[in-house]
Amino acid sequence: METITLTIDNKKVEVPRGTTINKAAKQLGIDIPVLCYMELKDLCIENKPAGCRICVVEVEGRRNLAPSCATNCEEGMVVRTHTTRVLNARRTVMEFILSDHPKDCLICPKSGNCELQTMAHRLGIREIPGQEIAAMSTYKKDTSPSIIRDQDKCIMCRRCEMMCNEVQTVGALSAVNRGFMATVAPAFEQNLEHSTCTYCGQCVAVCPTGALTEVDHTPEVLRALADPTKTVIVQTAPAVRAALGEMFGMEPGTLVTGKMVTALRTLGFDYVFDTDFAADLTIMEEGTELLDRLTRHLNGDKSARLPILTSCCPGWVNFFEEYFPDLKDVPSSAKSPQQMFGAIAKSYFAEKINVDRKDLVVISIMPCLAKKYECQRDEFSVDGNPDVDFSISTRELGAFIKQANLDFNNLEDSDFDAPLGESTGAGVIFGTTGGVIEAAVRTAYEVHTGKKLARLDFEELRGLEGVRSATIDFDGLPINIGIAHGLGNARKLLDDVRSGKSKFHAIEVMACPGGCIGGGGQPLHHGNSEIIKARAAAIYREDSRKPLRKSHENPFIIKLYEEFLGKPNSEKAHHLLHTHYFDKKKKIVVKQ
Amino acid sequence: MSSIKIELRQEDVNKIKEICSSFNNDPQELINVLHKCQEHFGYLPAEVQEVISDELTVPVAKIYGVVTFYSFFTMTPRGKHPISICMGTACYVRGAEKVLDEFKKELGLQVGQTTPDGKFSLSSLRCVGACGLAPVVMIGDKTYGRVAPDDVRNIIKEYDS
Repeated sequence: METITLTIDNKKVEVPRGTTINKAAKQLGIDIPVLCYMELKDLCIENKPAGCRICVVEVEGRRNLAPSCATNCEEGMVVRTHTTRVLNARRTVMEFILSDHPKDCLICPKSGNCELQTMAHRLGIREIPGQEIAAMSTYKKDTSPSIIRDQDKCIMCRRCEMMCNEVQTVGALSAVNRGFMATVAPAFEQNLEHSTCTYCGQCVAVCPTGALTEVDHTPEVLRALADPTKTVIVQTAPAVRAALGEMFGMEPGTLVTGKMVTALRTLGFDYVFDTDFAADLTIMEEGTELLDRLTRHLNGDKSARLPILTSCCPGWVNFFEEYFPDLKDVPSSAKSPQQMFGAIAKSYFAEKINVDRKDLVVISIMPCLAKKYECQRDEFSVDGNPDVDFSISTRELGAFIKQANLDFNNLEDSDFDAPLGESTGAGVIFGTTGGVIEAAVRTAYEVHTGKKLARLDFEELRGLEGVRSATIDFDGLPINIGIAHGLGNARKLLDDVRSGKSKFHAIEVMACPGGCIGGGGQPLHHGNSEIIKARAAAIYREDSRKPLRKSHENPFIIKLYEEFLGKPNSEKAHHLLHTHYFDKKKKIVVKQ
Repeated sequence: MSSIKIELRQEDVNKIKEICSSFNNDPQELINVLHKCQEHFGYLPAEVQEVISDELTVPVAKIYGVVTFYSFFTMTPRGKHPISICMGTACYVRGAEKVLDEFKKELGLQVGQTTPDGKFSLSSLRCVGACGLAPVVMIGDKTYGRVAPDDVRNIIKEYDS
């Protein structure tokens, strides 16, 4: 590889050609501040609009200052990162940004976790010259079922636009207008609810300020907990336990399953259950559907469409309803684990404890913002009573625990309640890309072949590459599996399905890069993909520690089928655990 | 900001499709497609942008971004007599702003708006290349030079019939 040598702050450094000044400086331990720039290295995601100009440096022989995030190193370059000129420019840029930014940090949902606030502090900004005469651009606040847009706080870093368009290919958000009124918005500045938004929440996950945040449902949860007539049960998604600790200063990748259960019990939930249980149930239903379609397909039944696509991810469901409605009979009809849990809790479990479903409140803790929308979908309620009442994110739970004065780091571990808290390792790995299909393979293989699997770790299905494929030998029958995370990657596989080129029997899709561990409701990664990797490792660690690691071996799943559901894909299972999809593509009205 | 709601007729949809296909439905040709569509419809209402979005497979939010970025594109239908006041340097220093203010007052319009009867619309532009005549006003294809605020009422009267 061709390398070049340059000098930064009087230190020599050798870097490969094509390296930016900012990255070269990092090698020397020089941390040039960046604001609009963001990189998730392991996920191959980069936002580099060179728009904010916070990262400018002085390059000898160059007339103007250079944005270090977007300027490549050249042989013999002499760079200075903290001259008076640079520091003054950096300060002025920041003052300009702040002059058009609300000063309500005290009550901003991002306070303490805001990159703009951190930067203002780092640059030592103590006053904003001219702010008494400066106008502020204002926009109407937009609240959707999942996401709040408060564009007054937008600094035009355009990270959300990059995520929405380049990574997710959803195209709901774009930079609009110019000059002072420039902002990022859906088409015609309509509300997000009327756009193509899938509520994946990746815009929220990367927003450096309080412009994009989640709808906070903790007040509703508090109200339910305070109501003596209600029995309140909670389910926790697999990815939450691998990230919640970060809210309390723990190392990324710390598993806090036991502490989380104790915290939830202390908060007053009557039953602390696990979405992992419902993930095991999903495998029973989805796996059976896969084997049924596969068998029919192999027997020449043309109505059995392959590949089967997983349907656990609500952002993904919203995506194909919007962009691939013609393929809506291809995904599995199995509900997501969140909704399966709600359906079982408000039927089987409500009966067991003799509580009317109207007096039973089901709360879910999710790494996801699309789940907030999903639980509000009409088809997931009975006579207006939703199967899952409210969904709160990992971040909201963390804040809730702090408000309840719990010393989280020193809580004792405790176990989930029975029976909806029992799960296997297969349920745990639902939280990361490749996990759902690995769990499905573990069960489908044994059910199909009648043989025990020799190994349970399918390394070939793991990793962070955007699109992956593997062929698993089902005792002589090769099963082709595709995996995509990030909706742009899913689109590639879907285009092949549409054109009939797809060779896969089954495809797993998760809307968020990394899967649920990188969800829009997780503690903010601030552009550090090591955090996502550490969470994935934690998920696989939890799986490997479980005594049972195959969904069909979960004793309570077996009991639930014996006592209540009959067998997988039975009529009752279909009624409670399966759903159907809608064509949500916008239609052009033609005047007659 | 919102657009005037219209439903498209089938022939309008066909026209947009024809324009898009004349550029091979290439997303890179978005600006050219928008030019042609505005030439045909006089403006670019939301529905037209929706059809273009479908044809070029460009998200409609992106198209709206382009339409709101370039001042040439408009989402409001232009009046029968579009009035443009040159705000280029020469016109500006010779009092174009006062002329513009007078048009605003006389017609009760802001820049970018159209009178409710659809007769006049008001816009400003940058330099029509007639700096010797500054300040310059154009109404449709007709050019008025050395316009003073006092002339405005009479100019509008010309279009009264």
